[in-house]
This record gives sequence, C-alpha cells and structure tokens, in this order.
Amino acid sequence: MNFFVENLPYILAGISVGGQYALIAIGYTMVYGILRLINFAHGDMFMVAGLVMVYLAASLPVYIAIPIVIVFTVVLGCTIEVVAYRPLRSAPRMSIMISAIGVSYLLQNTALYVTGGLTQTYPTIPWLAKTVTVFGAHTKMVTLITPVLTIALVIALVILIKYTKIGMAMRAVSRDFETSQLMGIDINRVITVTFIIGSFLAAIGSILYFSNYTGVMPTSGSMPGLKAFVAAVFGGIGSIPGAVIGAFIIGICENIIKGMELTVFSNAFTFVLLIIILMVKPTGLFGEKNIDKV
Amino acid sequence: MTELTKRNKSILSVIVCAVFLAAVYIGDMLVPPTSGMRMLFTVLEKGSVYALVAVSMNLLNGFTGLFSLGQAGFMLIGAYIYAIFSIPTAMRDSVYQYFEGGLIKFSVTENLGNALGTVMGDFGVMLGEHIGMIFLMLCAGILTAGVAALIGLPVLRLKSDYLAIATLGFAEILRAFFQWKAAGPITNSSNLLRSYTTYETPLFPVIAAGLCIAFIVLLINSSYGRAFKAIRDDEIAAEAMGVNLFKHKQMSFIISSFFAGLGGALLAMFQSSVASTPFTSNMTYEILLIVVIGGIGSVTGSIIGAYLFVACSEWWLRGLDSGAFLGISAGFMRPGFRKVVFAVIIMCIVLFYSRGIMGNKEFSWEGLVGFFKRIFSGKKKTSEKNHKTNTDKEKEAR
Amino acid sequence: MKKKLALLLVLVMLFTLFAAGCGNTDEGGDKVVKIGVFEPATGDNGAGGKQETLGVQYANSVQPTVEIGGETYTVKLEIVDNESSPEKGVSAAQNLVTSGVSIILGTYGSGVAIAAGKTFSDAGVPAVGITCTNPQVTLGNDFYYRICFLDPFQGTVLANYAWEQGHTKAYCLNKMGDDYSAGLVNYFSKAFEELGGKVVKEEFEQGNADFAANIATAKKNGCDVFFAPVSTEAAALIIDQADAQKIGMPLLAADTWDSNVILGAAKGTDLEIVVTTFYQEGGDETFDKGVKAWIEGDSTNLANNGGNSEIAAVTAMGYDAYFLALEALKAAGSTDPAKVQEVLSGVTYEGVCGKIVFGENGDAVRDMAVVKKCNTTDGVWEFVSNQYVK
Repeated sequence: MNFFVENLPYILAGISVGGQYALIAIGYTMVYGILRLINFAHGDMFMVAGLVMVYLAASLPVYIAIPIVIVFTVVLGCTIEVVAYRPLRSAPRMSIMISAIGVSYLLQNTALYVTGGLTQTYPTIPWLAKTVTVFGAHTKMVTLITPVLTIALVIALVILIKYTKIGMAMRAVSRDFETSQLMGIDINRVITVTFIIGSFLAAIGSILYFSNYTGVMPTSGSMPGLKAFVAAVFGGIGSIPGAVIGAFIIGICENIIKGMELTVFSNAFTFVLLIIILMVKPTGLFGEKNIDKV
Repeated sequence: MTELTKRNKSILSVIVCAVFLAAVYIGDMLVPPTSGMRMLFTVLEKGSVYALVAVSMNLLNGFTGLFSLGQAGFMLIGAYIYAIFSIPTAMRDSVYQYFEGGLIKFSVTENLGNALGTVMGDFGVMLGEHIGMIFLMLCAGILTAGVAALIGLPVLRLKSDYLAIATLGFAEILRAFFQWKAAGPITNSSNLLRSYTTYETPLFPVIAAGLCIAFIVLLINSSYGRAFKAIRDDEIAAEAMGVNLFKHKQMSFIISSFFAGLGGALLAMFQSSVASTPFTSNMTYEILLIVVIGGIGSVTGSIIGAYLFVACSEWWLRGLDSGAFLGISAGFMRPGFRKVVFAVIIMCIVLFYSRGIMGNKEFSWEGLVGFFKRIFSGKKKTSEKNHKTNTDKEKEAR
Repeated sequence: MKKKLALLLVLVMLFTLFAAGCGNTDEGGDKVVKIGVFEPATGDNGAGGKQETLGVQYANSVQPTVEIGGETYTVKLEIVDNESSPEKGVSAAQNLVTSGVSIILGTYGSGVAIAAGKTFSDAGVPAVGITCTNPQVTLGNDFYYRICFLDPFQGTVLANYAWEQGHTKAYCLNKMGDDYSAGLVNYFSKAFEELGGKVVKEEFEQGNADFAANIATAKKNGCDVFFAPVSTEAAALIIDQADAQKIGMPLLAADTWDSNVILGAAKGTDLEIVVTTFYQEGGDETFDKGVKAWIEGDSTNLANNGGNSEIAAVTAMGYDAYFLALEALKAAGSTDPAKVQEVLSGVTYEGVCGKIVFGENGDAVRDMAVVKKCNTTDGVWEFVSNQYVK
C-alpha cells in the first residue's frame, strides 16, 4: 500500500499526460492516414494555441478566451494546409515534408519573436487548476479530467467517422487517394475537415496540457509533438483507438522512468519504443497491412 | 568567346582555388581581431563546416534519396570524440570539475606535440598538434561511421518518413547517452567540454572541408554514385538492374555519417567549446534547410547555401535584431525578428522556388560565363537562347 | 523572372554587407567610448539578463559621459543578445568584439560566460562578469574579471543555512549542461554532506516543463528541503507544481530566484522560499528611488523588468558594474582595450552592493551574502540575515 501511495503521483501524471498526447496524436494519425505526411508543424500549432491563450487571457475572461483559442487554432491549421501543403500536393513526398519542417521552423521562430524567448505563464483556469487529493496524493483537477475528456472525444470522433457521410469519405480517401478522387469525392474538402478535427483536438489538448505544466515556450510543442507522432505509429498509423492507446502507454512509461530517477532517458525511451515497434511490427498495434504497389 | 578546353578549365579552377586560399591567408594576417571585417572569417569558418555537413546530408537525401534526419546526432559523436581526446591534461581537472578530472588522462594532440617538440622544437610542437588534430578528426569520422553502420542495420530497411523519424529518434537517443550522469567521467555528462586544441588559421577548416567535399564529389561521379542516383530515381528499377539496394544504401549512410562526424569535429574546433544541448533535431532541420536552399542534389548548391545561411544568420541580418537594418529603424525590430524574416524567406524558397539556388545542376565555368553574359547583354532573346543551349547541353550530357 | 528575383536578392545582400562594413565608421561629432553589454535577452535566462541590462542602462542614463585622459567621452552601450546559449553566445561575443568596444560587461549565466571567455581573451578585450558565479569563468582567463561572489561560497552559505534550520536530507535539482546550477548543486551537496546531511540529486533537460515527477521523487525519498538554483523560467514552473502537490518542505535557491518572476508565481501560495543574493532593496535609498522612477517612466523598461518596479539584485549589480567600467576607463586614460585590461585588476569601486576589490583570478573579494525569504501574501522579499563564511 505504501508503495502504491508513493508511486501514485507518477501514474497519475502519466495518465494525464498520456491523454494530452492522445489528443495531439489523433491529429497526426488522421493527417498521415490521408496525406501520408508527418505534419511536423502539428506540435508547434499546439504550442501556438497555448501562447494565444496566454495573450487572450491577459485581457479577456478565461471562459471567453477558450472558444476563441479553439477557433483560432482551427483557422491556423487550415491556413497551414492551404498555404503550405496544398500547392505541393503533386510534389514528391520529401518536398511536402520539408515544407512541414519549414512551417514548424517559422512557427517556432515567430513565437520566439513574440515572446522575446521568455517562458509565458499559462493563465489559471479556476476549476481545472484546483488541487485535489486522490488516495493521499495531491494533484491538479486537470489530471483527473483529462482521461475522461479524451475518451469522450475519441468516442465522438469514432462515431463521426463510422456513421457520417464525411466520415465515410475520409475512410475512402485514406484507403486509396486516387480512386476516391475518381469516385467523385472532393479531396480538398476531406483534407480540410481532417485538419479542422486535428486542430480542434490539439487546441483542447493544449488547454489541458498547459493547465498542468504552466510554462509555454517556443519549443514547448516539439517534444510532445514528436511523442504524439510516435504514439500514432505505435498504435498503427491511421487507427484512432491505436493512437490513443499508444499515447497512454508512452505517457505512463515515461513517468515511471522519471520515477526510477532516469530522467535523462525519459525522452529517449519514446524513440526506443518507436524503433522496436518499427522492427517488430511496422504497421503498429492496430494498423492495416499496406502492400506496396508498383 | 572561345570555348574552354577541359585542361584549361582545370588550370583555371586550380588558380582560382590558390588565389582564394592565399587571399584568406593574407586577409587573416592583415585584419585585426577587433575589426568589423573579422566577421568575414567567422562566416568563412563556420560556413565551411556547415558546407561539409550539408554536402554529407545531400549525399544521403539528395543523391541516394534516403530521407534521414540523424545528422545532428552524428555530428555530436564526432564533436565529442575530438574534444574528449584533445583536452590538455593540465586542464582536465577544471573541465571535468564534477567528475574528479574524468577517466581519460591523456591528450592526443598534446602528447604528439610534446613528442615532436623534443625533436624539432617549436615547429615540432605545431606539427605534432596538427597531426594529432587530423588523426582525431579521422578517428571521429571513423567512429561515427561505425555507430552509423550499427544504426543502419535496422533503420535502413524502413521507407521514407519512417526512416526520417527513426533516424531522428536515434539522434535523440544518442544525445541522451552523452548526457547520462553515469557516462560523465568520459563525456562530462551534459557539461561543457572546452580548452581543447583548436586550429589557429581560418585556412584549416576551409582546406579540411574542401578536401572532404572533393572526395564526396569524386564518389558521386564514380560508379557507386551512379548506383546511388539509380536508387533515388527508382528503387525497383535499380534493383532490377542489379544494384544491391541494401549494400548501397548502407554505404551511402555510412559515408555520409563519416563526414558528418568529421564536420562535428570541425564544428567543435570552431566553437572552442562543445556541449550536447544544441545538437537537437533543430540543428538537423537547419542543415536540411541549407540543403533545400542550395538545391537538393547539387553539391555546389549546398556549399553556396551553407555560406549564405551562415552569413545571413550570423552577420547580415543581425541588424534586424538590434533595431536598425539598411538604415531603416523600427520598433518591431527587436531580438528574434531576424529569425522570423529568415524563416519567411525559407518558406518562400520551399514553396515557390523548390529547386533552390542550383536545382540539381553543378557549378561549371560555362554556366558562370553564361550567367554573366545574360546579365550584361540584358536582352531577353539572348538569355532565352543561352538557356536553351544550356538545357540542350544537359540533355546531351545525360 | 525568378532569375531576376534571385539577382535582386543577391544585390540586396551585397548592399547590406556594404552597409554593415561601413556602419562603424560613420559616427562623427563627439568622442565616443563603447562599452559592450553581453547579456541574454531571449532564452532561459532572458528575464534575468534583461534586468541586469536595465541596471547598466540606468547607470548609463545617470552618468552618460566619462573623462578619459583629459577629454570627455560619451559612453555608448553596445548591447548584444547571447540567447542564453553557449553555442550562440560565441558568435554574439564575436560580434561584440568586432564592434570596437573597450570593455565588456556580463553575462548573466555562467555557462555562456565560460564559452565566450576565449573569444574575449583572443581579441584582447577585458570582460567584467556581473553575476556569473561559477569559478571556471575567471580561472585561467586573464581577461575575465567579476564583481560577484562565487559558487563555492554561495553553495556553502546555503548548505550552512539549511543545516542550521534543522534540515538533514536535501533534494537537489539542476539543469543539464548549465554550469550555474550544476556548479551550485555540486558545492552545496559537498558542503551539506560534510555537515552530515544527505543529498538526492536530479537533473532536468533544457525546455522541460514537467516538474511533477521531481517533486514526487523528493517526497518519496523523504527529503526535507528542496534545493533548485535554476533559472527563473524553470523556477516558476517548479513553484506552481510544488503548490499543486503540497510539497511540504521549504524551497531553497540562490541569486537567480531573486526576481519578481518568483514573487509573482509564489504570491498566494503557502510555500516557504528562501534565497541568497547580492542586494536587498533598501540598501541604498538614492539608488532605489532613482531606478524605480526610471523603470516606471518608460514602458519598455517596465516590461523588461517583468511588469513592475520591484528591484532585482542583478539590476543593482549591473549598476555597479557600469561604474566600475568607468573607473577602469579613467584609470587607463585610454579607450584601448589592452590598456584597460592592464589597469583593471587594481581598480576599486564602492558600489551599492558593497565595495569591489579584485583579488585572486580577477574575482571580487566578497564574504557576505544576503539571505531573503519570500512573503507569499504580499509578494515581496523579506530580509532574513547577512550570512558570512570564514
């Protein structure tokens, strides 16, 4: 029992950060599923959402700021798609990935300029930041809210994809880009919707993440972004439940490693996991087999 | 104007190189360390290092078509191997201040310098140190290549973006190992390594990087280079033509890492102190962007890109940060603005000018002559004509 | 079309090059002496660096001219941003020495100072460290001086304080690759263990925002004091997490935490925060009043100071450093950096943070540190004691 109480903070932190990674990972997995693009800028968008919240909350009440942040992130996501990815749709995959890296570089540097390189303190969202006690461990409310909210959102998303027309179109496009185009699916619309969903979830993830770890800096987004991508690969790219499970596993493992006082390796571990899964089961836990066609 | 013969062209190239090196040498002598023009040499040194690393990345990404993002990790190994083995014994206690002077108690450059110094005096010390530096640089390259060979075994079986993210991951894992407390007696954990032997004249990095790049060019023009390009253009066709895919991919990966390691050692010398913190994926991205600016698949492009990138970020655009640029001063020019402008330029190149400065062409004397002709004639007709003949020539060359 | 654009770009670049080359020569009129300010404005130490720069700028506004060799010179500050990074700092230092400065002040954060030291000594320009406390900054470098106390001293003071308060097991946290925090943790733990205490050490990586696990580890190991002499950026996050997890032990830190960032973060919590530093507000009335009015009078200065006019010790140190530099220029009787370096070790100055006399290695002789405690209800520092070490 004592062991449990001592280590509970790590597990709680792991579950909560896992849920936040999951929300980012869905954006990665959906974009990759459709465009075959690692959207390197996704993690930075998550950071920008955090920064916008910081600046908005300075002049507006938090409850008004939250919806504005979400709308802003969605618009930003779609803008990036239209400006940086759409013109390169027929270009080689390497070019579009370089474009993604370029956008990430631009967002980070712009954030650096705007913040002056100083860490910005995230505003306190009264209810989320409240301290609660779970089995003797003190933590923030957001830790408990995150997994619940994540799972609720994922269920909603799965229903959307399974039972709506746009969901069907998304599944078709991710199965075969060219054929679905021939079948009369408006590819650009599907891609825009994908980016809207991805950005929306990233904005929610950002609110939860930064309520817990209250410092926003220009590089805040890159590590969570990469970890979320690894989670998406781990769960099988294109599979939403897979990405969520992957994210929780990564979040929990990384905090257990920190608890073992091997903090140096908490980031490296994620990549070890990635390489192992790519060696053993390249399609991930729930991924579908992809046959290369000549 | 008469056409240049092949022999005349190589003579011309040799003369230009010699004049350039002499200019650097004399310039270095004449310009005092506090003069504004000193930045020219800083740019030259750092640019040479980045040129080497960018060309090595181009060998992999541009010529073999392997999208690898592990460059920073390989540079880290090279930089550390060089630094660790060339810190003078007298300085070890202060550098490894948290690890009781560290495990390694000798310095290759110092020992060689002393050994030759007893025979030949001051000149011997200098000679010995330089032999030691070159020896350590080669060691840095070879060990990096060895690590790359190990990493390559699992990683090179992956395709495009998976390869990218896996190499990126390995670079992060390497960095974590170098920062690990338990490795501290050797790597000084995450603390700065400094006081090691560095070069004294800007000629050193220029010549070292130049020789390495020349070797890469020779490789690209050999039968191996043609096999690399075949893999880039179509893996399946290449395999059908009898190119051993895995062998050639691994070869390209190892050679690229060798030069990245060597470049890392040069970077360590340039910085005169080295820590593992800056060797993150952002460093790899910067090098990738240099390759893109120069043109993927052009060695000359990467070199030009590297010098331009370094000059802009270290020198020309600094005015954007301090509030006055080209005589314009404005309140929005405060620290960080330089980087925003820079990132916007890069995005414009990526989106509207995706071939970069050189595309996949290389520098040639005809190209240079043609370029100036087009500028000075100023007539659209001739420029079009020249353009046409150029493309015709390329077609013939292929 | 694209070719023309490219050509245009090249021309613009060349023009800039030309402009940059000529930029230094077109200053006519009064005689000008340049003092370099080598401080971070961005990055992890940005907040502290800006406050230190404010001290120098304020001093410059108080005394904008200096008498050198019988002639009056206007002092011009050359401020560069070293981005808190040893790697970027070297090229910023290069930029500074090439702009023709006679003496350099800075920097906040020992790591960057150590890395840039070679650039300064190669160029023969003397530098005066303001608050870089790691011994390695000046050791073996004849061109680096410093006006603050050193980490072995500060670490020992803190260890003694913790031991006197009855603490026996300390949790030490430092940032990887940061010579400032690593050095302090090293000297603190040595001194604390000698006194009979126990130490648990951990490190975190640059850009880390998650300190929940560190606080959990401190609690799990039964530590009774949390020593984290890190940058203010990380400190604010640590305070936030410590409050959320009800850490239940005092937080102990060094001069970096003496900043209004910490006060802002700690206000309204029930944490106990103790720091050692150079200066306590109220030490010099005229300086306090003057600098407050100056900061409040300009919105940029106010923003750089973190939004209010609470005086940080580093600002006072920056103020002293500027006047010390003027003394050195007067003594040298020339703007030549080599001449300044020759006389610098003999220069003394009675500043608001006490008398500055250079001793061994070019380090100022200081034997006193101010211990302050954070009043978390009002968000101000309260003086605790002056600590001495024999």
